[in-house]
Amino acid sequence: MDDSLRELYQEVILDHSRHPRHFGPMEHPTHSGEGYNPLCGDRVKIYLSVDNDDRIADIKFEGKGCAISQASASLMTDMLKGRTVVEAEKLMGGFLHLVKGDAPINLNEDDRERLNVMAGVSAFPMRVKCATLAWHTMKSALEGGSPAKTE
Amino acid sequence: MTAPANITAAFDPAIVRKDFPILAREVYGKPLVYLDNGASAQKPKAVLDAMNDFASREYANVHRGVHYLSAVATDRYEAARETVRRFLNAGSAEEIVFTKGGTESINLVSYAFLAPRIEPGDEIVLTVMEHHSNIVPWHFLRERQGAVLKWVDVRDDGSLDIESLDAAISDKTKLVAVTHMSNVLGTVTPLKEIVSRAHARGVPVLADGCQGAVHEQVDVRALDIDFYAFTGHKLYGPTGIGVLYAKAAHLETMRPFNGGGEMIREVSREKITYADAPARFEAGTPPIVESVGLAAAIDYLGTLDRVAVAAHEHDLLSYTRERLRELNWVRVIGDAPGKGAIVSFESEGMHAHDVATILDREGIATRAGHHCAQPLMERFGVTSTTRASFALYNTRAEADALIAALQKARKILG
Repeated sequence: MDDSLRELYQEVILDHSRHPRHFGPMEHPTHSGEGYNPLCGDRVKIYLSVDNDDRIADIKFEGKGCAISQASASLMTDMLKGRTVVEAEKLMGGFLHLVKGDAPINLNEDDRERLNVMAGVSAFPMRVKCATLAWHTMKSALEGGSPAKTE
Repeated sequence: MTAPANITAAFDPAIVRKDFPILAREVYGKPLVYLDNGASAQKPKAVLDAMNDFASREYANVHRGVHYLSAVATDRYEAARETVRRFLNAGSAEEIVFTKGGTESINLVSYAFLAPRIEPGDEIVLTVMEHHSNIVPWHFLRERQGAVLKWVDVRDDGSLDIESLDAAISDKTKLVAVTHMSNVLGTVTPLKEIVSRAHARGVPVLADGCQGAVHEQVDVRALDIDFYAFTGHKLYGPTGIGVLYAKAAHLETMRPFNGGGEMIREVSREKITYADAPARFEAGTPPIVESVGLAAAIDYLGTLDRVAVAAHEHDLLSYTRERLRELNWVRVIGDAPGKGAIVSFESEGMHAHDVATILDREGIATRAGHHCAQPLMERFGVTSTTRASFALYNTRAEADALIAALQKARKILG
């Protein structure tokens, strides 16, 4: 098989997309956002419960999409739970660098290793938006702004 | 498993493929299998050469210069209009308006013909299988003028029920806007019957022929249709040029669209008078080189036996359809009788974009997504499908490659 395909659809990604973590609605989120990819019609909803210390006490997502977007959302929720909003934004910055094929900045060893499963996306420029949709949606939810789009 | 090549005496895709230079290339080290013709078709050398020769030897702006090249270019541009007239069997070349594409053709009808006729509550009848380009211009009239959009459903097999369409027409209907061939399902609509039903109620009909003009033979006079829109680039011609056929009687009543040079008779500080159709609707410098390319594409099709081409495409469709049945995890959407060579499908447990990515690495170009037809996606309860759309140069071997690549996708993602 094409190495870049194997890298893209590695077992961790497929596992996340088949068995997404933190999938489902949230009763009383403090923040929520909806993301939409007009290219494919995929939608994702992100719910956050942020406590008084600006910490993400809980995070959930809903939606339908390709393996990349689902895996990315699942991985994101896994990694963000328990972090502060500032940490979340920093992680997002590192992730965006990673999937665009740049050196992931400002990430510690452990985060880099976990996010690295998404690095294969950088070889598929048409699919980067699939990977970033959930992250943009999370950011727009935290900012209470307008729905996130991929373009 | 490979099938014997389907070669008829009248039409041999293996020979025709040599006319299309791009088909010889590879992607990712694999032979290109181009199955995204519904989005845009590849161009034969005849089209590329015609445009290059014209731009190299005869190019100038049209209709305005008194110099030699301007006269030559004007002749070529107007000859292209005549070629299109023949292609559609229109009564007069003055009924052929050049636009920048199918989308602009439909927007032209919306703005210049229908908008001045719409009172709040007036209705526009369209089907759920329209491309967004035959939806959004009518939504504009809903938003801006209170028009009501009346949607005609399709049957589960994707075919159009003429009785439902008939029932949607009322005394308030101002236009029926319908595709000639669905870009997602391949469904071919019974245009002649639709026109006759609509005309019986005094309602004009617009057909979106962006797919239909490629795969069906169009005779606008036999159809008695009011408006027929199509684009050049899906018809093996260049991008940047489209056509609106409109009956002369309609064109005469239509207000100008874009304002600028070429579409006026006289301009003073106080007033303007407009040129006659089609110039009235062709403001600015038109797609001149592209008109030559479009005419070359039509001439190229004229060298082929179009009945044999249609038979070849239908063979590709039924062969692909048959082979897809081997994959019990694939659900094809749209099986209308007599449909064109477009196959849209869902793959169980796999998203269309993931499938298309894997197909792509096998050299196979397909389209994944909503195909600019979201109301139709909603109708069939899907957000996206993978679409293989065939052209005259595709082969059974390419359909086999598609099936093999789908099996591979299943192995990776399933």
